[in-house]
Amino acid sequence: MSAQGLSTNNLSVFYGEKQAVKKVSMDFEERSVTALIGPSGCGKSTFLRSLNRMNDLISGARIEGEVWIGDKNICDPHTDVVRLRQRIGMVWQKPNPFHKSIYENIAFGPRYHGVKGRKQLDEIVETCLRKTALWDEVKDRLSQSGLALSGGQQQRLCIARSLAVQPNILLMDEPASALDPVSTAKIEELISELKKDYTIVIVTHNMQQAARVSDRTAFFFLGDLIEYDDTQKMFTNPSKKSTDDYISGRFG
Amino acid sequence: MRAKTVDRIATAIIICVAGFIMLVLAALLGYLLVRGLKHISFDFLTSAPQAIKVGGGIGPQLFNSLFLLVLTMIITVPLGIGAGIYMSEYAKDNKLTAFIRLIVEVLSSFPSIVIGLFGLLVIVNTFGFGYSLLSGALALTVFNLPMMVRLTEQSLRNVPKEQKEAGLALGLSRWKTISSIMIPVALPSIVTGSILAAGRVFGEAAALLFTAGMSSPRLDFTNWNPLSPTSPLNPMRPAETLAVHIWKINSEGLAPDAPEIAAGASAVLVIMVLLFNLGARWFGRVVYRKLTASK
Repeated sequence: MSAQGLSTNNLSVFYGEKQAVKKVSMDFEERSVTALIGPSGCGKSTFLRSLNRMNDLISGARIEGEVWIGDKNICDPHTDVVRLRQRIGMVWQKPNPFHKSIYENIAFGPRYHGVKGRKQLDEIVETCLRKTALWDEVKDRLSQSGLALSGGQQQRLCIARSLAVQPNILLMDEPASALDPVSTAKIEELISELKKDYTIVIVTHNMQQAARVSDRTAFFFLGDLIEYDDTQKMFTNPSKKSTDDYISGRFG
Repeated sequence: MRAKTVDRIATAIIICVAGFIMLVLAALLGYLLVRGLKHISFDFLTSAPQAIKVGGGIGPQLFNSLFLLVLTMIITVPLGIGAGIYMSEYAKDNKLTAFIRLIVEVLSSFPSIVIGLFGLLVIVNTFGFGYSLLSGALALTVFNLPMMVRLTEQSLRNVPKEQKEAGLALGLSRWKTISSIMIPVALPSIVTGSILAAGRVFGEAAALLFTAGMSSPRLDFTNWNPLSPTSPLNPMRPAETLAVHIWKINSEGLAPDAPEIAAGASAVLVIMVLLFNLGARWFGRVVYRKLTASK
């Protein structure tokens, strides 16, 4: 396994007494898109949020098992969570740009991590905005508030923001479910573009979206990982009956 | 049809209540201003009060009120914001924090005269600060801190949790996330809280009677050495504030024009509170815009 490979081993997440994720072991392919699907409450978002220890914020949440990034188990209590999170970008369902200018939204992270100099920051801002196809739309109003953008633009700004601190992994929690179809298409296009450089894990409720953007798909149900395979196979010839039922819309 | 009627009645009642409140407010303000404004002159605002003669002013009292406000806010705001951040971001949800929260609530509804007596016994006598501006400021801090803590805690809790998560996910430390991402979002509410706290400083009399005192030494407004007893900037001197002065001349004033002075001072007090309110809001908006790049 290479230095940045992401995998989990018997990962369980508990909220108090309730077990939300049950001993899930998964290997994520580098530089590809893995979709997590399943009905609401199946544990897929919880699973995603434990990959960068975001569940630490929820009081009563407890993790068992291991999450490996390269040769490091990030569930180890000695892990430097702050440093860890810098290497893992995250995008939420609801666009959440900082209440700052478009420029500051992107420059804030790298500046905090030690990039000084206006010129380098300018470069990072432009690169990240170009990567997310936002540059041409906002280059003349970088000093305006990020909140003044449309929902789809805000979401792309949030993706650009997470790219600015040079992560290897991108976690996306239903990144398009609050957006209109045109913006959704743009985000999906962007995801296909970004997978050349990043390992992407995306939670989605939209089956077509999973089929369109992902290389591998994992189906979660009631906290269990039911099936995990190439997306093509999952959607045409799943080996488990419940996967087939869910994908063809018979429940969930 | 019935639902519609009920709706109309409810609307009418709400409008009436709102109108009534506006009327009371306007009447109160109008009364104070009409009675007081004609006594306000430059001389009135700057000269010292007279004990038994006509023509005393409120200069030192006005200055004392402002200075006390600054002193109190210097102590209250950092403590209040710090404790508010702790309560909202660091404290675990357990019995102890629930108990602290209860104490804070009880403290905020304490009668101010009791705080004044507490200030007299503890700050003035035990600590030996005497009747002084500093004693007054500390007593007012006791009085204002609970509100400041609660408002800061509340405004930080109202920041969407996604903002905090976005900061942490970028690899920012907890403190950086709080100070650079969350506080700017919460700033307008924190400013409002500070204004409310400051308004109480202007208006408070009971808590100051036994702490900042009811007299003002002869002040020399050309002496700006804070250690000198006649300097207006000396925090260890006794200082009668405007509100205390109004109370004093109304109850035991010997000057023949005491009622006019009280009316004028009341008008000045109201105008000061209004000006301070507008000024603080404007300042808060400027800072908020600067921090958040919003219009």
